[in-house]
Amino acid sequence: MEATHMTQGNIGIEINAEEDQYLTFIMAAEEYGVDILRVQEIRGWNNVTPIPNTPTYIKGVINLRGTIVPIIDLRERFGMASVEYGATTVVIVLKVIKDDAERIMGIVVDAVSDVYNIEASEIKPAPDFGGEISIEFVSGLVSVEEKMLIIIDIDRLLNSGDLKIADKVSAKS
Amino acid sequence: MSIDMSQFYQTFFEESFEGLDAMESGLLSLDVGAADIETVNTIFRAAHSIKGGSGTFGFTAVAQFTHVMETLLDEMRADTITVTTETVDLLLKSVDVLRDMLTAVQTETEIDEERTIEIQSALEALLSGESVASSSEEIVGTETPTVICWTIRFKPFDYLFKTGNDPVRIFQELSELGDFSVVCNTEDLPLFEMLDPELSYLSWSIKLDGVISKEQISEVFDWVDGDCELEIGTEDQVPEKVVANLPTVAVPVPEPLSCSDEKKIPESTPLAATPAPALVKDKPTKKSTAADQGSIRVSIDKVDALINMVGELVITQSMLGQLGEQIDDDRLEKLQDGLAQLERNTRELQESVMRIRMMPISFAFQRFPRMVRDLSNQIGKEIELRLQGESTELDKTLMEKISDPLVHLVRNSIDHGIETPNDREAAGKSRVGIVELNAFHQGGNVVIEISDDGKGIDREVITGKAIEKGLISESDILTDEQVFDLIFSPGFSTAKVVSDISGRGVGMDVVKRNIRELGGSVEIQSKKNEGSKIIIRLPLTLAILDGQLIQVGSHTYIVPLVSIIESLQVKESQVNAIAGQAEIYKLRDEYIPIVRLHNSFSVNTDVTQLTDGLIVVVEGDGQRAGLFVDDLLGQQQVVIKSLETNFRPVEGVSGATILGDGTVALILDVTGLIKLSRQERIVAA
Amino acid sequence: MAKILAVDDSASMRQMVGFTLKSAGHDVIQASDGAEALKLAQVNNIDLVLTDINMPIMDGITLIKNLRTLPAYRFTPMLTLTTESGTDRKMEGKKAGATGWIVKPFSPEQLLATIKKVLG
Repeated sequence: MEATHMTQGNIGIEINAEEDQYLTFIMAAEEYGVDILRVQEIRGWNNVTPIPNTPTYIKGVINLRGTIVPIIDLRERFGMASVEYGATTVVIVLKVIKDDAERIMGIVVDAVSDVYNIEASEIKPAPDFGGEISIEFVSGLVSVEEKMLIIIDIDRLLNSGDLKIADKVSAKS
Repeated sequence: MSIDMSQFYQTFFEESFEGLDAMESGLLSLDVGAADIETVNTIFRAAHSIKGGSGTFGFTAVAQFTHVMETLLDEMRADTITVTTETVDLLLKSVDVLRDMLTAVQTETEIDEERTIEIQSALEALLSGESVASSSEEIVGTETPTVICWTIRFKPFDYLFKTGNDPVRIFQELSELGDFSVVCNTEDLPLFEMLDPELSYLSWSIKLDGVISKEQISEVFDWVDGDCELEIGTEDQVPEKVVANLPTVAVPVPEPLSCSDEKKIPESTPLAATPAPALVKDKPTKKSTAADQGSIRVSIDKVDALINMVGELVITQSMLGQLGEQIDDDRLEKLQDGLAQLERNTRELQESVMRIRMMPISFAFQRFPRMVRDLSNQIGKEIELRLQGESTELDKTLMEKISDPLVHLVRNSIDHGIETPNDREAAGKSRVGIVELNAFHQGGNVVIEISDDGKGIDREVITGKAIEKGLISESDILTDEQVFDLIFSPGFSTAKVVSDISGRGVGMDVVKRNIRELGGSVEIQSKKNEGSKIIIRLPLTLAILDGQLIQVGSHTYIVPLVSIIESLQVKESQVNAIAGQAEIYKLRDEYIPIVRLHNSFSVNTDVTQLTDGLIVVVEGDGQRAGLFVDDLLGQQQVVIKSLETNFRPVEGVSGATILGDGTVALILDVTGLIKLSRQERIVAA
Repeated sequence: MAKILAVDDSASMRQMVGFTLKSAGHDVIQASDGAEALKLAQVNNIDLVLTDINMPIMDGITLIKNLRTLPAYRFTPMLTLTTESGTDRKMEGKKAGATGWIVKPFSPEQLLATIKKVLG
């Protein structure tokens, strides 16, 4: 009795401490991944309130259950050709961490793709592959099901340029 | 023991600082020679609480210092020390020292020991002759541990039970000290029908042996000292006859043991007090108690979360309201009734939630009695401070931010307003000048007035100075109001000698700017030789703003109503273009720059002809401008949301709000906008 | 477990005493002055009263005197929490009907040990 009782505890559990889940999305035929733990929600594109005197990649702000959340167009942030927003256009709302500050921001992407389990060891450092996105915002590359995923460092990406915290010095003169 | 005392520190510090404030204001209101006993009591109680708390929480230095203060206050209470100006001064200094000590403990920095010792010695000197009892109890001499066979005779007086004491409790405690046996003496028991069950008729003979000192036994009987006959002796000393030849009844509670001749040490020597039960920290009783009905301490975070939620409710209600207008049905009227009620309820809820953040203005006023006292001593003026409307409530954040400007204004009144006693006498006034602070609610505002019966503002001096500074020209004809307003101009100071009281580099312009930043206004009234009055108007809270909705292109923006002077239709003839670029509008006698919002914010609109739209004349930081907008929409109260929480500050925008349809509208920062448009003009030129 | 009425005008002392007693499994009712305590005592069945002496509105001595006049509290244990180690205050409390006292400052352990004595 006691013996059977004890063995049952291990059945059917496949947790690998080294594995993390990534949400992937499509932009200009490339697939990108972000840490799923940072994803707050995925929502359709809705009108935003533009913020004056900001770069065009900052589309504006929305009301997310009472807080004001900025929305960033990733294509424009990376200098890719912008496209008309369509039925699949989505906003991925992310938690961005910089030092002690946590901010909520949304990124506009072409479409959401999939969720993958990826082992940390599978992520390879990115060579300067001449892609659309600057290497400084890429935390690594990984092959999944014969595709290449680009893992994005959202903390770095969404703390750069006009999105930097307490960056009053860089104001246009 | 797993109780972490540091969890109580925050409350201790808060109440101690409050206590210090109470002590200070109490001390300031004490009449020398005839101190009001209730005031002394209040001061004493505050010191007493700080002493108790600091002792309990292990802040020994604070406890020791407070102990000396408390002793002095106790003497004052008992009238053995009379209240003199010196005593009050010393106690006020002690309050300062104590405040510094507590701050040091709180911030884990060094206590200024030199100062502490200096003041403590001064206190002790005042108590001279009076023995300053040390706070530590007399230490009981330790005896060499030998087993003693104690005999105790205990006869409680009949009322013992009415003190809540119980012999059984005492026996239990004794039995923890050593080998214990007891014999009950029932000789005084009356006949059953005569027996009063509430009285105690029994007496006991107890034998106790172990390594026990007499003090340990006395301590057990400490609480019944005076309520019983008690004899404690070793076996031979207590006369046997007390218990001899009497009917005896065994008391069932403790296990009877006889005093052994061998005087052996019991296996477990329970010399120490009862072992404390282990505490489980995360298992407090969940049941809420009916405690603290008078007031609660709530962290601002929680209140802000509530305010946010209520803000949401306001938005939902407004969204439903819009929907309700569109529904075309028989039940429309009922829906509208329901919505109207929802609106009322929401508004009431919002008001009561906002009220949580409100505090009486006495928190800001209470520092003034001390300040006025110190200042008038320093500069040799006689001043009476009058406080009125101290219970007027305003938002906690506003209170904190208005405090410094108020200090500045009161200093000004004392320094520049009130004359010296001799000058006052010469002017036929009482030697004692009056400075009055008054607060009250008016409409949706809090009004704070600072008035004095001093020499008033001399408009000749002001205009002279303004001409000298090039602020006005000699030919200008100004109203009194305009003259007084000059005082708020940057760099304007009328004090002939810059004194160290009010001439500290922060001018009235800073005061005015601070008040405007809070969404308030300030105004001066004055009559020469009669005095001056400064009137500050503040909004009740910073979380909500009365806004004017404006339209530019497809966008809606909000202009704080407090910044708007007027809105008007443009007449072509009154617009001048300077250097072909900057547009200036002639508003009566004044020329104001026009700020085209669609340009400043790069927004597309069909309304680009000044005559097609409207000019909203606004004032920010003392400067006026005409905002050119397409149209005015409604006015409404909006809940202010920060853009910085998830983004960053934006020039010309002070925040955002959520409109009834759920969309975000930006709230304009008028001062920032004026600055922004000036920069654009410079760039364009 | 016992229902204990803890009375002190100091919020931090109330917190400390309240937390300690609750941690030991007692039911704690708190009041910040004697008058409030007296009201609460009338609508609760209190097994033990712990009260500070120096309080505004109604002090601890008056509270105990008042409680002792209530039939329900004739025999209830009542302890004063006092900073005075001198005998005056203790005796004043006893005269008013207090069972005993606890001298401040005390640790949570001392508090529990003392109330254990009274509650048995």
